[in-house]
Amino acid sequence: MVAQQLVNGLFLGAVYALFAIGYTLVFGVLDILNLAHAAIFMLAAFATWSLIGAGVPLALAAPIAIGGAGLLGIVLDRIAFAPLRRRGAPNLIPLISSIGMAIIFGAIARGIYGPDERQFTLGFLQAPPLHAGPLTFTIVQLVILANAIVFMLGLAWVMRSTALGRAIRAVAEDRIAAALLGIDLERTIAATFFIASALGGLAGILTALQYNSVQVDMGAQIELKGLAVIVLGGMGSITGAVIGGFVIGMVETLAVVFGLSEWRDAISYGVMFLILILRPTGLFGKRTLRTA
Amino acid sequence: MTAALELEHVTIRYGGVRALADTSLEVLPGRVLGLIGPNGAGKTTLINATTGIVPLSSGHVRLGGTTISGMAPHRIARAGIARTYQNIRLFGALDVFANLSAGAFARPGRLDAAHAKALLERAGIAHVALDARAGALPYGDQRRLEIARALAAEPAIVMLDEPAAGMNPTETAHLVDTIRAIAASGIGVLLIEHDMSLVRAACDRVVVLNFGEVIASGTPDEIAADPAVIEAYLGTESV
Amino acid sequence: MTVLADFYAAHSKLIDQVGLDALLALSLSISLQAGQLALAQAAFMGVAAYISAILSLNAHWSLLPTMLVAALCSTIVAGLLALPVRRLRGIFLAIATIAFGEIVRIVANNLQISGGAEGLSGIPPDATTPWIYGTLAIVAIGLWLFSRTKFALAIALVREDENAARGVGVDVGLVRFTTLAMGGAIAGLAGALYAHSNFFITPADFGFGRMEQILVWCVIGGITSPLGAAAGAALLTILPEAIRFLADYRDFVNGAILLVVVLFAPRGLAGIRFGRRG
Repeated sequence: MVAQQLVNGLFLGAVYALFAIGYTLVFGVLDILNLAHAAIFMLAAFATWSLIGAGVPLALAAPIAIGGAGLLGIVLDRIAFAPLRRRGAPNLIPLISSIGMAIIFGAIARGIYGPDERQFTLGFLQAPPLHAGPLTFTIVQLVILANAIVFMLGLAWVMRSTALGRAIRAVAEDRIAAALLGIDLERTIAATFFIASALGGLAGILTALQYNSVQVDMGAQIELKGLAVIVLGGMGSITGAVIGGFVIGMVETLAVVFGLSEWRDAISYGVMFLILILRPTGLFGKRTLRTA
Repeated sequence: MTAALELEHVTIRYGGVRALADTSLEVLPGRVLGLIGPNGAGKTTLINATTGIVPLSSGHVRLGGTTISGMAPHRIARAGIARTYQNIRLFGALDVFANLSAGAFARPGRLDAAHAKALLERAGIAHVALDARAGALPYGDQRRLEIARALAAEPAIVMLDEPAAGMNPTETAHLVDTIRAIAASGIGVLLIEHDMSLVRAACDRVVVLNFGEVIASGTPDEIAADPAVIEAYLGTESV
Repeated sequence: MTVLADFYAAHSKLIDQVGLDALLALSLSISLQAGQLALAQAAFMGVAAYISAILSLNAHWSLLPTMLVAALCSTIVAGLLALPVRRLRGIFLAIATIAFGEIVRIVANNLQISGGAEGLSGIPPDATTPWIYGTLAIVAIGLWLFSRTKFALAIALVREDENAARGVGVDVGLVRFTTLAMGGAIAGLAGALYAHSNFFITPADFGFGRMEQILVWCVIGGITSPLGAAAGAALLTILPEAIRFLADYRDFVNGAILLVVVLFAPRGLAGIRFGRRG
């Protein structure tokens, strides 16, 4: 039933959007594709699981984990990207160092938690679904949507109305000019990584709650789906990441409706491929293709 | 191979800007044609159009009678046009010999060391080692290496885009000899320059561009006395 | 002699793996030498692995003909991929090829003839060590001879400065197409050998994880040097086994090595710079 699937697509899309914003922020500001983003997504989910296991309520565990994810993003930048910036390395080298960090993060997670799936024992995850007319949704899904809206609005406010937001946009537009205008590049970049990784961490926590599953490999699929989202939305555009996230989420759930569930992922990647061939800047990508 | 380069009524428009309007000029074998004009006049656009990097909106470019406008850049290069760049575009990480081999890429066979040394000599940098890294050479040597690379192609036409930029008067005077020697070997030379002493000494004829249009053409003396040229340069450099 | 024989007997699987990994690293290194981050090697390998396996299982072909046909197919696939992506550069090329790789994996996951998610099993293990290293030797020698040709110079020119390369008469599109096709061919040989040295293959064997691994080998070995790439593959295949006592810290060490190399020796082991500042 199409309406129900559209609603499901909304929730899936919300998570995709949050994750993709993280990708697109870093790409917009630094022209780097951060392939360690999905690892932070996963680590935040595990951190939350551990905290809850230690007796911390979810309402506290999640923000701690999200903040931790943000800080981890700053650490990631300082280890893997900042030294390369100083050296003026071509843009594909940071991609590779991000892979290195992703491997390390994965190894740490595997070392601590092992390869098995973990689950939450939270009451509300088992709660019966709610009904609104013909539509059904779970509390978790509402939590996802609420968080997504709050954080996206929060981000929009930061980007539009704060000095930090203006600084980020300036650095994304033209790093050299921004520096000449007196903007502290390193601080702005650190803030960008904090926000991007915090959102990625949030996406990880929400995903873990949605499927009641935390596992070392949980980021593998969204890592690549996130690419499809930012390609569709336009690499570097936050609006694009949001809209692209919802579109891809909808497309995937609708694919299930039309009986194409095994090909669902192929459709997303096919869309991604076509856009790169036909209109590489995506829907909202402002900049022309820079040879990266 | 000798051949004349002809631009006929070339117009180039992109992004709403008319970079070049109804421009015609001719570079003859063995002659040096200077192309001058204030910044933004369309000089580099003209070279980019000739080498196929920028498409023509109308008009033709012919080399030795064959129309080359519309051909892919690498084919135009193979047809016999070589160039240097305003901002040096050597293959900096490769050595001098590799850069010269690159220049000779379109020629059959491979460059040998003797021929490479001869090219360096023609470009006035006989002292440079073949295994030196191109990007590590002093600025002036890099500019001349670009010229040597262009000569390696044994082209009919060489287009030099501000080769004297950053050079002192002694180096510039030396460059005049190099350019005249290139022409004397039968190659047609198009020289874009801001340095008027170089232009007067090296060029047989000069074409003046302003806002994408030819406003004067003639010998260096003639255009130095042309009121339209003086007005275009008023307040910038003395002609 | 018996010491060697014993060593081989104990480690033949590892030795075979090193050979295959070296082939895969070689296949990627060619595209990287042209400055193209074309990350579809795992997909080319997969296509060839499946075709080679299907020919052996259903038509009872012996190894060599399956290798040749499979490699031909992967080469064609690579050539077909080269066309639509010809105008893409840098990150955009990378993610387009990643998308392509995922699509190939999903196709293999869904088709009957490829055995779906369970893949194919019972593939005759004809690809013994001599086959693997014989192929590796032929490819390595071939690449060495190739490196002395003018075309190899053209590849370096495209990597260094595409527009200046055009200015000296290099057909950049042809170079990019050819390097992709060559990579497809070599990955194809590796894929066929892989299928015939593991008893079964599944779509998951040829996904992004494998692709990342191949990229890591090339980076550590020296991106633009085929020899370095092969060395990187050898090092990183042997290393986890050699440090098996570190057990769970293996991956950590892998990642750490990659980071160290990227940060402190971006030229990799073979010391050649990757591309230029954009």
